[in-house]
Amino acid sequence: MNNNKTTVETWDIEIKPQSSLFDLSLKEVWRYKDLMLLFVKRDFAAQFKQTILGPVWHLVQPILTTIMFLFVFHTVAGIDTDKIEPILFYMSGITIWNYFSSCLTNTSNTFVANASIFGKVYFPRLILPLSVVLSNIARLGIQFGLLLACMIFYALFKNTPIHFGISWLLIPLLVVIMAGIGLGLGIIISSLTTKYRDFTVLVTFGVQLLMYATPVAYPLSFLKSKSYASFIEWNPISPLVEGFRYALFQKGNFDFNSLIYSFLFMVVVMVTGTMIFSKVEKTFMDTV
Amino acid sequence: MGAIIKVEDLSKQYRLGQVSTGTISHDINRWWHKVRSKEDPYLKIGETNDRTSTGNSEYVWALKDINFEVQQGEVLGIIGRNGAGKSTLLKILSRTTAPTTGSIKIKGRVASLLEVGTGFHPELSGRENIFLNGAILGMTKKEIARNFDEIVAFAGVERYIDTPVKRYSSGMYVRLAFAVAAHLEPDILIVDEVLAVGDAEFQKKCIGKMKDVSDKDGRTVLFVSHNMGAVKSLCTRAVSLKHGSIDFAGTVADTISAYMQSNNDLSLHTNLEELTDRAGNQKVVFSTLHLENENNQQVDKILTGSNVKLVFRLKVNDPSVRQIDLGFSFHNVYDDIQSYLYSSFQKFEIIPDRSHYITVHCTLENFPFSEGRLFIKGRMLADGYECDWPKDVLGIIDVEYGDFYKTGTVISNIAPFLINGKWALAN
Repeated sequence: MNNNKTTVETWDIEIKPQSSLFDLSLKEVWRYKDLMLLFVKRDFAAQFKQTILGPVWHLVQPILTTIMFLFVFHTVAGIDTDKIEPILFYMSGITIWNYFSSCLTNTSNTFVANASIFGKVYFPRLILPLSVVLSNIARLGIQFGLLLACMIFYALFKNTPIHFGISWLLIPLLVVIMAGIGLGLGIIISSLTTKYRDFTVLVTFGVQLLMYATPVAYPLSFLKSKSYASFIEWNPISPLVEGFRYALFQKGNFDFNSLIYSFLFMVVVMVTGTMIFSKVEKTFMDTV
Repeated sequence: MGAIIKVEDLSKQYRLGQVSTGTISHDINRWWHKVRSKEDPYLKIGETNDRTSTGNSEYVWALKDINFEVQQGEVLGIIGRNGAGKSTLLKILSRTTAPTTGSIKIKGRVASLLEVGTGFHPELSGRENIFLNGAILGMTKKEIARNFDEIVAFAGVERYIDTPVKRYSSGMYVRLAFAVAAHLEPDILIVDEVLAVGDAEFQKKCIGKMKDVSDKDGRTVLFVSHNMGAVKSLCTRAVSLKHGSIDFAGTVADTISAYMQSNNDLSLHTNLEELTDRAGNQKVVFSTLHLENENNQQVDKILTGSNVKLVFRLKVNDPSVRQIDLGFSFHNVYDDIQSYLYSSFQKFEIIPDRSHYITVHCTLENFPFSEGRLFIKGRMLADGYECDWPKDVLGIIDVEYGDFYKTGTVISNIAPFLINGKWALAN
């Protein structure tokens, strides 16, 4: 009866049970950019309230881990470090790996950890994992500063000059790919944990195991001629860690094709992740 | 103008019980039906949302076929008992969960206030939390900065604005949180019973602010509440939900009285022990309530000015109870309290003997309420602790014109109750 309406009504929001797989409104995410930055600020400010050392705590973990690696992998196991100063070798690996692992673990509990906010108010859910990735950049910056300080120390007193070169331009690219893989995997896992908490358990030790399958504490060249070397090479994080060291020290082997492999892996993970995420975000409150 | 919100055939199904048990098998079954492009097997089953009766199905419809429209500038009240589907409707409207079937179409920006202080971080200062909370509710940094001074003034926390909110008193915390929300500038504001918190003065301020939003700025407000007084004073139209469906929609007055009737169609002889929504330790509970007139005849209509006896029958579940304090209150059709009385007010001690049931009489002489319907609610304390507080109405009194002054003068119901004076000419 009412079908012959002359004007078609336009609606700003339509709430429907299901949406197409690619119902990702980046425009909306952009509109909420202030919120994203405030979450970053909150994470950073709240983390060290009522501590004396504050953000200095971000330095303690890489220093202690470096000392540990130095002892276990260098002194005890005697693994050679690609002609890079062992301390710089371990610290560079730990710095970039920390970024990846914190992106992954902190985004993987997005839904469960923020259920109380998500249950009360709507904003594009993707804001939260994105803010995690951004606030981890601050931490990466601090730890990278520590690494630079060590490199300068070695250049001044130990006669290992720093090679500034075009290769340093690779670093931002590596960080972006790292963030992409961490974010992509993180949101896939966070989508699955809303129903099955089993994945939370898996992530905590899975990340730890993955570190040993990544050339963080040993160079990829150490594995040459070993039967399981290809396994480590298939790990999409390996080229990123190796590439990071190559960019800093111009030592070690780095091959551009493997970087492309990592990049493609990131694209696949990001696309799958956002697809699953946007499907789950609509009703996860009922199952979380 | 036209509708600003259009809700069409909205339904929401929930799964009861343990969520994780058997979900994989159901998921796989669902997927298998989908692959063969068949209907979801679990959407067919499902019962209406009635929490008092035990159903056979694991799936239940929290909302079923809801249809309504909201016009621009309207303040729509949504009322209903606990579990009628109000919260589910709000959740879908505020997009924290998706409907199972049906759709909602909305024009403009929506801000929902299902809770005050969402995302407040205890470690951050009041200032930081204003910005964070405002952004969560959908404001941009610029909008918040513009309203900042007004928000702080509204909350009255100027002195503590740089103190972490964990040091705030709970009242300050709530005031700050509501102040942020009150300065939202959406086209549509969705408010849950947040007004239930805070002191009376602040509640008044909130209601005033919400009135401003709709009157002056022409914004649309959806207001969900148990507080019939607030609904009455704020809303221009109301919808009553029952068991997940719309029970009544219309003017506020009509909807509220329909709501009160439909939820209280129990006759005065029903077994009050069957009421499920009740607080207290249940050591002593209300069993039945009826009214008697001067001649000890059971009645449900009484005359203004007559003597009425309330006969409470109580069930003593715990024989160790030594003393009971029985209270009851009268409410009008808007659920506003009209008067109340506890036996302790008059130093009357109810001491149970060893029997399972005891009966307590309370006679009200010269019943003062004028014509209309009154609802009786009750609450009891056993040895100083709350033992029974049914949230539902225990009984109804229909009051009719009577000879209050014993002079033959019968007056109409201009005022809710009548007073008796002693007149004298002094000189």
